[in-house]
Amino acid sequence: MTETLHSADLQALLQETGVPEVLERLDRELIGLAPVKGRIREIAAYLVVDKLRRELGLGGSRPVLHMAFTGNPGTGKTTVAMRMATILHRLGYIRRDHLVVASRDDLVGQYIGHTAPKTKEILKRAMGGVLFIDEAYSLYRSENERDYGQETIEILLQVMENQREDLVVVLAGYADKMEQFFSLNPGMRSRIAHHIQFPDYTEAELVAIGQLMLTEQNYYLDEAAAQAFAEYVACRMRLPNFANARSIRNAIDRFKLRQARRLFERGGQVTPDDLRRIAEEDIRASQVFKDCAELEQGGHHAP
Amino acid sequence: MRIHQGTFSFLPDLTDEQIERQIDYILRNGWSVSIEYTDDPHPYNNYWLMWGLPMFDLKDAAGAMFEFKKCREAFPNHYIKINGFDPSPMWQAQRVSFIAHRPTQDDPGFRLKRTLWSDGRVQKYGLEPYATDKPAGERY
Repeated sequence: MTETLHSADLQALLQETGVPEVLERLDRELIGLAPVKGRIREIAAYLVVDKLRRELGLGGSRPVLHMAFTGNPGTGKTTVAMRMATILHRLGYIRRDHLVVASRDDLVGQYIGHTAPKTKEILKRAMGGVLFIDEAYSLYRSENERDYGQETIEILLQVMENQREDLVVVLAGYADKMEQFFSLNPGMRSRIAHHIQFPDYTEAELVAIGQLMLTEQNYYLDEAAAQAFAEYVACRMRLPNFANARSIRNAIDRFKLRQARRLFERGGQVTPDDLRRIAEEDIRASQVFKDCAELEQGGHHAP
Repeated sequence: MRIHQGTFSFLPDLTDEQIERQIDYILRNGWSVSIEYTDDPHPYNNYWLMWGLPMFDLKDAAGAMFEFKKCREAFPNHYIKINGFDPSPMWQAQRVSFIAHRPTQDDPGFRLKRTLWSDGRVQKYGLEPYATDKPAGERY
C-alpha cells in the first residue's frame, strides 16, 4: 500500500458527508446528553473510516448499527432517535431518511396468526430506514408465556440478523425495565451493538432547556421570571413523578395558560411584547412551590 | 416457448438487482406494489393468486424484495409477477405488471382446442396450456 492518507483528508471526508452540520445542530438544539453525543460522534467517525477502508479494499463485514437507548422518562430518547435517521442517511449507511415509530400495539397481534403479518408489515415499511420501537420492554411479558410478544421478538431478531443492510432498529425504554428485558432475551442484547445510556439532566441543563423551548415558541422570561423559573426547576426536581425535560415542557405549557389568563383579566391594550413575555407571577402561581414547601416541612416531621 | 405477458417479457430475465430497481421506480411514482403467482399461464387467466396483501406505505424497495424472495422460495415452480397499482384519482388502476420469476425457460406452450358447435356445423377455437394437463401445484 503506497497510498497514504493524512488525517486532514479524513476531516475533509467527514465534512463532505454533511454530518458535522447535523452534529452541530444536535449540539445546539439538544442540551446536555454528553455521553450520547459522544457516542454518535464515534459512530459517525467509524462510518467514515469504514467507508474509506472499503474504498481501499480493506472492507470487512458491514458494521451493525442496531441501538438501544435507555434512560429515565424525558431524557430525550425519542428526540435523538428522530435525528438518528438523518445522521445515518447522511453517512450513507441507510438508503432513506425515514423513521418508522412503532410500539407494542403496532407489532403484536391479538390472536394466533395475527402477529407475524402485523410485525412484518411494519418491518417492510421501515426497510431502507430506521425502525424505532418505543418502550421495547413491553414486547416481552414474562408473566404470560403465551404472550404473542415473543413471536414479534423472534421475527425482529431474524430480520435484524439477516437484513442488516436494509434496516436499523433502535429500541428505547426506561433503564431498569430494559435491563430486565435484555436479561430475559439474551439474543436481543447480543444483536445490539450500541447500548446508549441517557443520563438525567442537571438543574442548570433543565433551566437551559426551558429557555430554549420558550425561545422556540417565541416567548421569553423577564428577569424576575427567570429567577422564579430557576427556583421552580429546583423545586420540581425534588417532587415525585419528575420526568426531566417532559416536566419542563408541561410546566411551560401551564405558564402559557396562566399568561393568557392574566392578559384577559388585565384587559386594555395588549402589545406584542405582552404576548411574548412570561411574567414572574405566571410562574409563582404554580402549585409546585406549595408542594415543595410542604415537602420540606413534612421532611422535618416525618416519623 | 416463452410466455409473453406484461412488461419486459420480450427481454431476457431480469436479475434481482434489476427487479429491485423496477420496484424502486414503482415506489418513486407513489404506486403500491403487490406480488402474485400462478401456475396457469393462460393469457386470459386474470386472477393470479395474491402473495400477501398489496404493500401500501412502502418507502423502500427492500420490503417488497423481501416478500418477492419469500414468494420465490415458497413457489419456485410458479410464475411470479410484480404489479404497481396507481391509487391516484382518475387512475385507480394497475399501471405496471411484469413477470419477475419463471418456473422454466421453456414453457410447453398452448394447445389449440377445437369445440364443435351447432351440431358440428360451427367450430370454436380456444387455447389450452399443456401445463394445465397436470393438477395445480405439480405443473412445472
